[in-house]
Amino acid sequence: MSSREFILQRVRRNQPAWRQLPEVPSFARPLADPLADFGTALKRMGGTLADPPGSAALDDVIRARFPTARVICSADPQVEGTRRVDAVRHPGDLADVDVGVVRAVFGVAETGSVWLSEREFGVNALGFLSQHLVVLLDPRSIVANLHDAYAHAGFREARYAVLMTGPSATADIEGVLIRGAQGIRSLTVIPVAAKSAATATTQRRTS
Amino acid sequence: MSRVDHAEASSKFIEAKDHAEFHDKRLWDLRKKRDVESEALPEWEELRSLASAIKEHTLTHLADYLEEFERNATTNGMVVHWARDAAEHNQIVFDILQAHDATTLVKSKSMLTDECEMRPFLDNRGIEIVETDLGERIQQLDDEPPSHIVVPAVHKLRGDVAEVFGRTIGTDPKNSDVPYLAESQRNHTRPYYLRAQAGMTGANFAIAETGSFVVCTNEGNADLGANLPNLHIASIGIEKLLPKVEHLGVFVRMLSRSALGSPITQITSHFRAPRPGTEMHVVLVDNGRSERLGMEDFWYSLKCIRCGACMNTCPVYRRSGGLSYGSTYSGPIGVIIDPTFNLRKYSSLPFASTLNGSCTSVCPVKINIHEQIYKWRQIIAERHQLPMVKKEAMRVAGKILSSPRMYRAAVEAAAAGIEKLPRFLVYNPFNAWGRQREVPASPPSTFRQWYLKNRGKRE
Repeated sequence: MSSREFILQRVRRNQPAWRQLPEVPSFARPLADPLADFGTALKRMGGTLADPPGSAALDDVIRARFPTARVICSADPQVEGTRRVDAVRHPGDLADVDVGVVRAVFGVAETGSVWLSEREFGVNALGFLSQHLVVLLDPRSIVANLHDAYAHAGFREARYAVLMTGPSATADIEGVLIRGAQGIRSLTVIPVAAKSAATATTQRRTS
Repeated sequence: MSRVDHAEASSKFIEAKDHAEFHDKRLWDLRKKRDVESEALPEWEELRSLASAIKEHTLTHLADYLEEFERNATTNGMVVHWARDAAEHNQIVFDILQAHDATTLVKSKSMLTDECEMRPFLDNRGIEIVETDLGERIQQLDDEPPSHIVVPAVHKLRGDVAEVFGRTIGTDPKNSDVPYLAESQRNHTRPYYLRAQAGMTGANFAIAETGSFVVCTNEGNADLGANLPNLHIASIGIEKLLPKVEHLGVFVRMLSRSALGSPITQITSHFRAPRPGTEMHVVLVDNGRSERLGMEDFWYSLKCIRCGACMNTCPVYRRSGGLSYGSTYSGPIGVIIDPTFNLRKYSSLPFASTLNGSCTSVCPVKINIHEQIYKWRQIIAERHQLPMVKKEAMRVAGKILSSPRMYRAAVEAAAAGIEKLPRFLVYNPFNAWGRQREVPASPPSTFRQWYLKNRGKRE
């Protein structure tokens, strides 16, 4: 008998009596100011919510935040950077990236998380090998809580989907909190609506 | 296999006073942070009930959900393997690595691979394994198992880490600055992500309807390991299944709040299919789980989501350290899981508890941990696995407690005794209880004396 058959057979034999699957409510709560709630939650997790860029060019805003950055790798058409992620062949080629730039599909007010998948990253490692990450987020694309987040169709479509919440962190030594464990050292969210047709489609799907 | 002597091992832990005191404080701090988070969510108790019910439903339909997961994961392009036990799991992982000529593996934390003792198995076959979680890496370099399921090196102080890193990865052994140590590990580990041929993760949840699995971490190491090499292997215990994506809302909301007192882990990753041109393998591991599923009193422990809240709240765990349990799983959850692996070896563990029930009240999936601990004690006593001293003490206690007259006499004598005895007699090496605390002053009268005087006449 294969191990598969062996395990399934024993599980079937030993399963306790049938128990019902409960319905999960949405725990919906109206949010007066989703962006403000998102910002508060993000700050707690060590991330930064930047001011809206207004009429300033995004490239200039990012450059001003990271004046010493040599490599700015962008996965979003609204930011030029110094390198386009489309030009990257192997994920390891991102090892020298100082600042990665990507647009999130939506944010979660409860936790300050942003939702990203392989479609937004271009190369997934952009979110982890980069020293810093800048995330563009349409302030209209913020859901209230994680129940709303998990209703998003992206979880059924993406090969890889991640809820990123602030920078990488560890407290493994004496509970001392270190922001910038092994992945990104900082995460900055810039609230700005998408301009291109491609990202506009994404937004319609989330709303 | 020799028996684990929890009390004996704990006494060594307690000897290192600074360590023991810090350990207690650090874990209690996590427990308090968990309280702040849970109290901030009005639906917390409802979430616990939902989580418990969803898990119980899944476990009572587990075979169907496992098949559904396999079907969908395979359709998505993953390769699904099944392992009856630890040995088969380790062999499967080795075979996958060999088929890909992989000699270096970047690995994120997984209790399951510790349970299977995978590292020594692969070490002996020439595979270089780099644990990438900071705490787990410290433990690997110090050749020790993790002492806590969420914070593996919580029993170490910064000076210990400086010593380990100084000896192994070339840092200054006298520099115990925590940011320096963490940065050193970051820089030391980074090149491995770039050159390893394989990455490995565990999984916190596996979703039947999508054939995907979820990894909750904070350091970024799991996602580096999964997104750089062309091969990703995930070891998943069969009890990690959930029916649908929507159920993640319930569990992800509670996992990190219970574990660390943060609303979510920094990185919550969902793997549904391999990147184009790469391979993703899932190993579904039984290793005693299907058998536990058939244990009437104990199958509820399979609901566990490995948050560690029961450990952080447990006064015995906090004061004895995870390594004293002599098993991969320590603390209250370990106490009820370990005997299912080997009753004789772990027969002392169910006594490493005060039965205060705090573990049960913080458990996000409502496992009746302290009741299970009590049930294990009964089984161990019935099978004559009790040590002599405990047996004798219980025999005497049983006699006294079954006779009201003897009980009253004993209580009065004890109260009088403590007052009048010289200190050296009460706080002597035989009184383990008095070693770290004062015996409270006995009240002027026993409850019975007080009751007879104040209320007795009304009867």
